[in-house]
Amino acid sequence: MSYHVNEKGYYGEFGGAFIPEMLYPNTEELRQNYLQIMAEPSFQEEFHQLLRDYVGRPTPLYYAARMSEKYQTKIYLKREDLCHTGAHKVNNTIGQILMAKKLGKNRIIAETGAGQHGVATATVCALMGIECVVYMGEIDIARQAPNVARMKMLGAEVRPALSGSRTLKDATNEAIRDWINNPVDTHYIIGSVVGPHPYPDMVARFQSVISEEIKSQLLEKEGREHPDYVVACVGGGSNAAGAYYHFLDSPEVGIIAVEAAGKGIDTGESAATSALGKVGIIHGSKTLLMQTPDGQITEPYSISAGLDYPGVGPLHAHLFASGRGEFISITDDDAMKAGLKLCQLEGIIPAIESSHGLAIFEQRKFKPEDVVVMNLSGRGDKDLQNYIDYFNL
Amino acid sequence: MNRIKSKLQEDKKLLSIYFTAGFPNLDDTVSIIQELENNGVDMIEIGLPFSDPLADGPTIQDSSTAALHNGMHTELLFDQLKDIRQSVSIPLIIMGYFNPVFQYGVEAFCKRCAELGIDGLILPDLPLDVYEEEYKHIFEKYGLINVFLITPQTSDARIRQIDDVSDGFIYMVSSASTTGAKKGFGAEQQAYFDRIARMELKNPQIVGFGISNQETFAQATQQAKGAIIGSAFIKHLRENGPEKIDGFVKGIR
Repeated sequence: MSYHVNEKGYYGEFGGAFIPEMLYPNTEELRQNYLQIMAEPSFQEEFHQLLRDYVGRPTPLYYAARMSEKYQTKIYLKREDLCHTGAHKVNNTIGQILMAKKLGKNRIIAETGAGQHGVATATVCALMGIECVVYMGEIDIARQAPNVARMKMLGAEVRPALSGSRTLKDATNEAIRDWINNPVDTHYIIGSVVGPHPYPDMVARFQSVISEEIKSQLLEKEGREHPDYVVACVGGGSNAAGAYYHFLDSPEVGIIAVEAAGKGIDTGESAATSALGKVGIIHGSKTLLMQTPDGQITEPYSISAGLDYPGVGPLHAHLFASGRGEFISITDDDAMKAGLKLCQLEGIIPAIESSHGLAIFEQRKFKPEDVVVMNLSGRGDKDLQNYIDYFNL
Repeated sequence: MNRIKSKLQEDKKLLSIYFTAGFPNLDDTVSIIQELENNGVDMIEIGLPFSDPLADGPTIQDSSTAALHNGMHTELLFDQLKDIRQSVSIPLIIMGYFNPVFQYGVEAFCKRCAELGIDGLILPDLPLDVYEEEYKHIFEKYGLINVFLITPQTSDARIRQIDDVSDGFIYMVSSASTTGAKKGFGAEQQAYFDRIARMELKNPQIVGFGISNQETFAQATQQAKGAIIGSAFIKHLRENGPEKIDGFVKGIR
């Protein structure tokens, strides 16, 4: 059994391209070309050169000695927080802006929730001198002012999504509508492993540099390429897809996905899609999503703006349904405490998304000889106000 | 014979109207349908509201949000339509997004539609290949026509493919846009209308998106069999409530 996408764009029963005909030419153009473009030596060369010289890759694989001692297991942190713009998101936007250029597109659109993907997109558009429009829910614009300012400084136009619940899912709807209205000159840079095929696969491939590096770095440090476990937080699931990618078909590597329980799975304020979701269609993909019995998509909640997506990427739905992945959900409180603990033990201020992954060490026991790689997907600068409010700093 | 098919054989240009069930008021569904038929409308698309209507512009989005807020849901719509065939004889189509249908169960949904006298479905985000492989036999079992969309960007080859799978009419989206986005037709649309006419498809075409008045209706139906009005009628309902529908329809033809 392979956990990678099949030729029809499915992961098991999940995935596909459930899109209106208006989007068919755009996604079909991408589907027919993405693998070939990515395989071109000139593309690979430019992609890796930018990852190295602009993003700052490879990011370190850091042995967290004090954390390891505390939790009595060998913990490595993959330092995606050290990427330019502060998170793994830029791996994908670098890849997609190069893809857009190869496809001859001269206008970029993107959706963003907390603003991290919006900033990463605005960044690469500035780098390439390409027009950039970022859709962001009106409510998110109000609560993520610093990232809105960053996008503007980088030359992007931030358009408020005024429909529905005015958050990430609505920003995604608006970006899709823009693409319907501008089918020829525009490329849509989706920020996660969601959306219609080929997006989940394309984004996973761009993020797969994370697990590619883990393999060679672990070989150097532990004498083996495969950890016993790889841990990542999952909202839509792009950092997780990148961290798992080269280990998916290696059953000796345990895959642990950490979702946001919000205030608790049963409180009605949660984003733990694997626990609360059912199979359905969201943003062109058949996957697990949170919805009413009637099939209306519901609004998730998490203290972490990067994890409050009502679905998960189809790869993750497949990892869950097949039992390949172990899914754990972490509450706001446990995540915040774990974030603070990392500051104190290792001198690293993590993004609240990543703090969810860190929190599992309080709940799940590992053997002392286990090698556990935790993908530290982003840094906590953007979350400072949240940390200040939560801990009364 | 399916009511859509017999209607398509009539020697006239067809006027089809879309409205969102549950808007402006929860219980307007039946009276809006009756009023439209009484005023000579040929066919009706009943919109099943969805939380995330990604092919729709603000007008229909807002009507969907309002309808859901009013309490509309799938079973309630079916309940409202339970006696519709006692008073209405024109073709009725349910138009919506795939997820609510999928949650209801595609077979259960189609069965219920057949029982109520619904003639067809338009589900823009149910892709052609998935329909053919998984659901076509169910639609056929219940005598429902599934309507596919084409756009100016759709290639000739794909239009032929859609024409093959279709068995009723083709929904011809007038321009690359969401609903209610464009006003009027230019040379680009005319070229597209001409291209499709020249293809001599086996299914008649009904044009939707961008039709709001007598002029655009006439232009769209010069070659196509009919036209669908959605956003303009929703605006009318928003401004007038479920009243003066006669005036709206007379303004079109």
